[in-house]
Amino acid sequence: MSAIQKAFNGVVALDGASLEIEKGEVHALIGQNGAGKSTLIKILTGVYRSDDGAVEFDGAESLISSPREAQAAGIATIYQELNLVPLRSVTENIVMGYEPKKLGVFIDWDEAHNRAREILKRFGIDIDVTARLGSFSTAIQQLVAIARAVSLDAKLVIMDEPTSSLDVSEVKVLFGVVRSLRDAGVSVLYVSHFLDELFEICDRVTTMRDGRTVDCRKMDGVTKLGLISGMLGRDSSEIAEAGMTEFSGGAAKHGEVLLHADNIATGPRLTKLDMTVHRGEIVGLGGLLGSGRTEAARALFGIDPLASGTVSLKGLDARLETPAAAIKAGIAFLTEDRKAEGIIPDMTVRENLTLALLPKLTRNGQIDRAREREIVQGFIEALGIKTAGMEQPIRELSGGNQQKVLLARWLAVEPELLILDEPTRGVDVGAKREIQAIIRDFVSKGFGVVLISSEFEELVEGADRIVVLNEGRSITELKNPGITEDILVHALAHTDGEAA
Amino acid sequence: MSAQNYVSQSFGPAFNWKKVLRNHGGLVALAVILVFNILVTPNFLQLQTLFVNISQVATIAIVAMGMTLVIATGGIDLSVGAIMALAGAIAPLIFQSEFGQMYPVLGVALAIGFPVLVAMACGLFNGALVSILKVQPIIATLILFISGRGIAQVLTNGNLQTFKNPAFSYLGTGKILGLPFQGWLAIVIAIVLFWVINRTIFGRYVLAVGGNERAATLSGGPVRRVKIAVYIICGALAGLAGLIVVAINSASDAARNGDLMELDAIAAAVVGGALLQGGRAPIFGAILGAVIIQLVKYTLLANGVEDEVALIAKALIIVAAVYVQQARKE
Repeated sequence: MSAIQKAFNGVVALDGASLEIEKGEVHALIGQNGAGKSTLIKILTGVYRSDDGAVEFDGAESLISSPREAQAAGIATIYQELNLVPLRSVTENIVMGYEPKKLGVFIDWDEAHNRAREILKRFGIDIDVTARLGSFSTAIQQLVAIARAVSLDAKLVIMDEPTSSLDVSEVKVLFGVVRSLRDAGVSVLYVSHFLDELFEICDRVTTMRDGRTVDCRKMDGVTKLGLISGMLGRDSSEIAEAGMTEFSGGAAKHGEVLLHADNIATGPRLTKLDMTVHRGEIVGLGGLLGSGRTEAARALFGIDPLASGTVSLKGLDARLETPAAAIKAGIAFLTEDRKAEGIIPDMTVRENLTLALLPKLTRNGQIDRAREREIVQGFIEALGIKTAGMEQPIRELSGGNQQKVLLARWLAVEPELLILDEPTRGVDVGAKREIQAIIRDFVSKGFGVVLISSEFEELVEGADRIVVLNEGRSITELKNPGITEDILVHALAHTDGEAA
Repeated sequence: MSAQNYVSQSFGPAFNWKKVLRNHGGLVALAVILVFNILVTPNFLQLQTLFVNISQVATIAIVAMGMTLVIATGGIDLSVGAIMALAGAIAPLIFQSEFGQMYPVLGVALAIGFPVLVAMACGLFNGALVSILKVQPIIATLILFISGRGIAQVLTNGNLQTFKNPAFSYLGTGKILGLPFQGWLAIVIAIVLFWVINRTIFGRYVLAVGGNERAATLSGGPVRRVKIAVYIICGALAGLAGLIVVAINSASDAARNGDLMELDAIAAAVVGGALLQGGRAPIFGAILGAVIIQLVKYTLLANGVEDEVALIAKALIIVAAVYVQQARKE
C-alpha cells in the first residue's frame, strides 16, 4: 500500500499512509488510538475505499472493493470479536461455506471432520472437532478462526489485538501458530498494544501517527523506547536524556492518607496495583491502553470485585463491594464512557445531576423538590453549564456540558475521593480548561483525586504524582514538580524487570 | 423544537396536524372513536353504555398501569393474565370455605387480601428471575404465563365457581356517586402511581433504570430492588384486577379470567406512550390507552363485528402507536 489518503466527512483519517508487507513475514503495526491503524486495515480489506493512493497485492494492482473480494484474494482478518458461530461445531466453523459434498447436496461429514482435524494438526492443535466451538477457550476459538483463514488459502492474515483476551500460556500457543504460518510462507499483519509481544514474534514494525506511517524498521534494530517515542512523535534521545534526571526523593506528603490500595488485583487485566492518595492530592494513573488504568478505577469503585489485596480508606479497611457502598464510603467515579455509563439521555439535566445524590434528597421516600432545584441551579451557575434550563433533556447538551453535569452529579454527593476516568475526553478546549479548574478547586479543599487520562499532557500538568501502570501492574511512581511528558514516556517504556 | 415553534408562530396560525398527531396521538384517536360512535353506534350516548365501558376499562387500566411500571424499567410481564386467573380462583375458595361462612367479614377481607399477596409473590418470583438470575423478562414471565393459569385450574378442579356474596361483589358491581366502584379504584391507583413516579426516589430510580441501567448502577441506585419491586407492584395490580373480574361475574372461571390480558395491557401501555426500551412511565397514558382499546372493542361489538375481527383492529392500533412513537423519536 502506498500513499493512502482517506477522509471522513472532511476529517482526514489517513494522510499518506504506506505499508509494505513481505511474503512470509510477521509485520507489526503500531500507533496510538486514532493514529489510523483501523482505517488502514479496513482499506486493505475492502471495507472502505481509499480516496487516493494504490494498493498492490501479490504483485498486481489490487482492486479489492469488498470484504468478500478480500477474502477471495487471500486476505483474512481475525478480529478482536471473533466472527464465528460458537453454537456450531469446530468443523462447521472451519468448513462453513466450503463444505465437502456427497452426491452434490449432502454434506460429507466424515470428510469435513477429517479436513478440519488435518488443518488444526498443522498448528499442533488436537481437539474434538465435533464439539461446539463455544465450549473451548477464547484462545482455541481464535486459533480456529486462523485455521479457517488458512484453509481458505489466505496469503495475508491480519490479526487485530489477538492476545488481548488470552492468558500467558494461550499466548504461547498463538505465537506458535503465527510462527508456523510464517514458515509456510503466509504473511501476518500483527496489530497490538502490547509492545513486548512484538519483539518476540514480529520481523518488522511500521509505526503510525496522525494518519501517517512514520517509519518502518526491522524489529531487531529498535528498542521499546524507540517504538513509544515513534508513536508519540518524540525524539528518543531526548527522552532517554530526560530519563536520566527523573524521580528525585520520595513521595512528599500533602495531607493524611485518604486511600491506600495494597497489592490489589481483579483479574488478568489488573494483577497488582499499589497506590496511595493523600488529601489535597491529584494522583495520575499513567499507562498505555490495556495497561489496567480503567480496571484500577473499577476496582476502587466496587464495580469489579477484588480477587486479592486490600483497600483502606482513611486508615480503615474498606469493603467496596458495590458502587453504592463506594459512594457511601465517600468515593465517586466519573466514567470514561459518558454515553453508555454516564448520562441517562432522556432524563433532564436536573434528574441527571441529582441521580447519585437522591438518597440524601429524600425524606420518607419523597424527593425534596425545592432543595433539588436549588442544588441543581447552584451547580449550573458554579460550573457554568450551558443549558436552556434544568428541565432540558441532557441529550440535547454538548459533550462538554454533559460532562459538567456528570461532574456535578459527583461533586453534589460531596465525596472525599473523586476518580476521574478521561474527564476531558471528547469535550472542546474551553470546557476542558473549565473542567480542569473544577478538579483543582476540588482538591484544594483537602479532597483527593485519581486522574486517568490518555493525554500525557493532562497527566503531567495535572497530577501531583503519577502511578505508572504496565500490563496490569503498577511499576513505578513519578512525582511532580519535575515530571515531563518525556519522563513519563520513559517510565512507560520500562519493563517489569527494569523497574524492580 | 423551540425554534420550530417560533417559526410556525411567526408565519401565521397554520395548524400543524403532523405535530399534534405525534404528541397527542392518543387523544386524537380517542376523539375520533367517540365521534364515530356518537354518529354510528345506536344508543351510544346513554349512561348504560358508560357504565359497561367503565367497568370493563377499569380492569385493563389497572393491569396496564402495573405493566407501564415494568416496561419503564425496560422489562415486560407476560404473566399478568395468569396471575388474574390465579387470584380470581383463590378468592371464592376462601369466602366459600367453612371458615369464610362462619366469619363473613373476615372471610371477605381475607378473600381480597390473600389473593393479592399471592399475586405479589408471583411478582417477586418474576422480579427475582429478572434481576438476580438475569433471565430475559419475556422468558422469565413466560414461566408463570404458562403455569399460573394451570395452578388456578388445578385449585378449582377446572370448575366454574359461581357464588352469591354481595360484600365481595361490591368490588365489581358497587357504585360511588353513581359510577362503578372499580372506575374510582383505577383513578385512585393512577393518582398514587403518578405521585410515586414523579415525586418519590423509587419512581426516579424506575425511570433511571429504564433510561440507562449502567448509569443507574454506577450512581449507586438499588437497581435490583427496583426491578423486583416493579414486578411485585405489577403482580399485585393484576391480582386485584383478577378479583374485580370475578366480582363482576359473581363467578370465577380460571380458564377465561384474564385471558389475553397481557396483550391488552401491553397494548394500552404502548398506546399510552410507554417506550418498550424503558425510561418512561406515562401512568395516565396507560389509562388513555386502556380506554381506547376498550372503546375499539366496544365499537366493533356494538356494530355487529365479530370478536375475531376486533383482534385485528387491536393489532392495527398497536401498529399505529408504535409508528407514532418512532416518528416522535426523530
